[in-house]
Amino acid sequence: MSKPLKQIHLAAHFPGVNNTTVWSDPAAGSHIEFSSFAHFAKAAERAKFDFLFLAEGLRLREQGGKIYDLDVVGRPDTFTILAALAAVTEHLGLTGTINSTFNEPYEVARQFASLDHLSGGRAAWNVVTSWDAFTGENFRRGGFLPQEERYSRAKEFLATANELFDSWHGDEILADQATGTFLSDAKAGSFVHQGPQFDIHGQFNVPRSPQGRPVVFQAGESDEGREFAASAADAIFSRYATLEAGQAFYTDVKSRLAKYGRHPGDLLILPAASFVIGDTDEEAEEIAHQVRRQQVSGATALKHLEFVWNRDLSSYDPEGPLPEVDPLVSEEHISRGRAQVRMYRDPVAVAREWRELAEANKWSIRDLVINTGNRQSFVGSPATVARTINEFVQADVSDGFILVPHITPGGLDVFADTVVPLLQEQGVYRTEYEGTTLRDHLGLAHPDQRRAERAAS
Amino acid sequence: MSSSPHSHLHLAVALDGTGWHPASWREPVARPRELLTAGYWADQVAEAERGLIDFVTIEDGLGLQSSHHGAPDGRTDQVRGRLDAVLVAARIAPLSRHIGLVPTVIATHTEPFHISKAIATLDYVSTGRAGVRVQISARPNEADHFGRRTFPPFDLADLASPAGQERLAEHFDEAADYIEALRRLWDSWEDDAEIRDAATGRFIDRDKLHYIDFEGGRFSVKGPSITPRPPQGQPLVTSLGHQTIPYRLIARGTDVGYVTPQDAAEARAIVAEIRAEQEAAGRADDTVHVFADLVVLLDDDQAAAEARKDRLDALDGGAYTSDARIFAGTAAQLADLLEEFAAEGLTGFRLRPAVLGHDLPRISRDLVPELQRRDRFRTAYQAATLRGHLGLARPANRYAAA
Repeated sequence: MSKPLKQIHLAAHFPGVNNTTVWSDPAAGSHIEFSSFAHFAKAAERAKFDFLFLAEGLRLREQGGKIYDLDVVGRPDTFTILAALAAVTEHLGLTGTINSTFNEPYEVARQFASLDHLSGGRAAWNVVTSWDAFTGENFRRGGFLPQEERYSRAKEFLATANELFDSWHGDEILADQATGTFLSDAKAGSFVHQGPQFDIHGQFNVPRSPQGRPVVFQAGESDEGREFAASAADAIFSRYATLEAGQAFYTDVKSRLAKYGRHPGDLLILPAASFVIGDTDEEAEEIAHQVRRQQVSGATALKHLEFVWNRDLSSYDPEGPLPEVDPLVSEEHISRGRAQVRMYRDPVAVAREWRELAEANKWSIRDLVINTGNRQSFVGSPATVARTINEFVQADVSDGFILVPHITPGGLDVFADTVVPLLQEQGVYRTEYEGTTLRDHLGLAHPDQRRAERAAS
Repeated sequence: MSSSPHSHLHLAVALDGTGWHPASWREPVARPRELLTAGYWADQVAEAERGLIDFVTIEDGLGLQSSHHGAPDGRTDQVRGRLDAVLVAARIAPLSRHIGLVPTVIATHTEPFHISKAIATLDYVSTGRAGVRVQISARPNEADHFGRRTFPPFDLADLASPAGQERLAEHFDEAADYIEALRRLWDSWEDDAEIRDAATGRFIDRDKLHYIDFEGGRFSVKGPSITPRPPQGQPLVTSLGHQTIPYRLIARGTDVGYVTPQDAAEARAIVAEIRAEQEAAGRADDTVHVFADLVVLLDDDQAAAEARKDRLDALDGGAYTSDARIFAGTAAQLADLLEEFAAEGLTGFRLRPAVLGHDLPRISRDLVPELQRRDRFRTAYQAATLRGHLGLARPANRYAAA
């Protein structure tokens, strides 16, 4: 007997503050006006997506000591924009990236519980962690956290927030006008948490929200990050959207669940994925190539090379050959405020490899950056893209994808209008929302149900 | 710069739970089971907008509500539990068109960097109708929710002592720093910083983004904000005060101060004190509105309003008292009182409906028409932004080259 078809989960990532987003296209609109967010969210809801996803960065990126000016810069406050989007959507989940280093559990728990109430059970939290003093300069405590403690901070932060969410059970508010009893229990919301990161106690002041707890996402890829996700997350936002890498990541993470008493369906793997759609596969390939050239201007190519070389390369011609000089290996890095720089562990070797590639292919600096950069995840006609996505999900590359369009705010429309109907025809994607909460969309149990199951077993 | 005749009064409505009387939730109109839903708040704001009100404020706190100033009270017969006020305001913003939205934030325990971008974003989602009410918290139990600072117990009587004044000054100094950090962050992007210059590949002109380098007693903030300058440039900053130290904050940092005079003479004295502080702070030329807070019970005759208060007091087991004057009477009588107070230099009022479901419609449907008949209130919204409603110009950016 063949395996039953998996249902595909799809979500939309609002185009980010990086060079995937093409701001120079005539179709590119505002990245900050609410109308852009509303347009994007409504397209996602029209396509019956599970949720909208927002990234976050708490300090503007710098390179060579100056604010990085080549990508989209500027974004809204995560909680505020998600609460406003709850007013213009009915079903769409609302996932926000919120940092566990530069926040406090009591405040974040009240914000997520409030968002969950105000959206009727659609809130999700992508828990990220950082340690850098660079970002810390914007906050009360500065860069207080050693790098090796960032996951212990994140774990304890999430555990503490869960204690706060669970401090109300959902049956305390009687609001009995006749007898005058508002609360059934004067101690509702009581909590005590004592740990290395947080020593807090008192009463939480937001009663139990529809989902009990927000859905929890995790995005780290290190061994520690995977273990954190396996122990505590409902979904992973990963970057492995290709066949082999996706399957390897999927198998690895899902195999870690059993030791926490969890089932494979308790943790969804949802990689970020870009796409280009054309009338034909050939046309899509052509557009995809143009988009990659738009994403990597000459100026962007030089800046990208600087990540590896860790030197000021502004005097080089992006249409010319790669620098002969070797990368500068140093604790100090030319780029600050982005995670990408950690990808190059041996920059001298990368530089050597790139020089060889460029020479063999007669590539300029810009050609090299375009050709070694990430290719779009899905390129083709609507039929090709729909087929590939379905094949990937059935082959356990993932449980679905978080789609990242390169145009704001209309980049999702073509996917919603052409690919989604084909997935629906194939019976692997919903035609209507069946539930009301994000947990319903993702097929995740309510935390109270899990607790009851554990108590019964 | 005023968009309305000078004689017009400004009105704000303070939203809190089912209303300001602690027994308000017992009233049939109260909807106490809906306090955690968006629909409840949308309806309140729609009713206020129907009355052409300048703005609503939304109360908040970082602990359970309490009838004691300094500690939880363990009571189960009053409304307890609430939603984050900034999120409520954001949730309502797309559903309203004209009215200003002014949530409360607690300066003592929150991050100015986060709140600055939250209020800037509220300004974007409301297209220029955002403000913020900055409050301090000296409560030991709320500090324990954060575990970063420990505050000794206090009650209001202690605040008059030298030690109490010193403590109050520390909290308000921190709030002043907080407001300064918010304001600098809002200005940390010049309006035309986004250039999208395809020729050079630059999305922004980084010379138009500014480090704020704020160094305060309790925190420092580098900047710039991650959020571009909001539509109003500077969203409205407001604060409540009952004595000299908070009056100084109002004078130095805010656009609107809420005060609690019991009579006209006290209103005159408070306005004079704030104006003097304003001059001392070098802000004599800036518009700082001073609004009187009033708890209101409105009915067709005074006896009915007073009887309603008595009935609510009986339900709560004691007479309701407030920092603000409690008014019970008709809309015409309230209009008389507002005119009397306005003659002492107050430019507006923040009305706290005793029972939201009863007294807010009375404000929008009885009081407002009464004031309109007297040519003391707008008959239509005249401006597109909250600053505009209040006759405040869009301010120049402090970092922009002149």
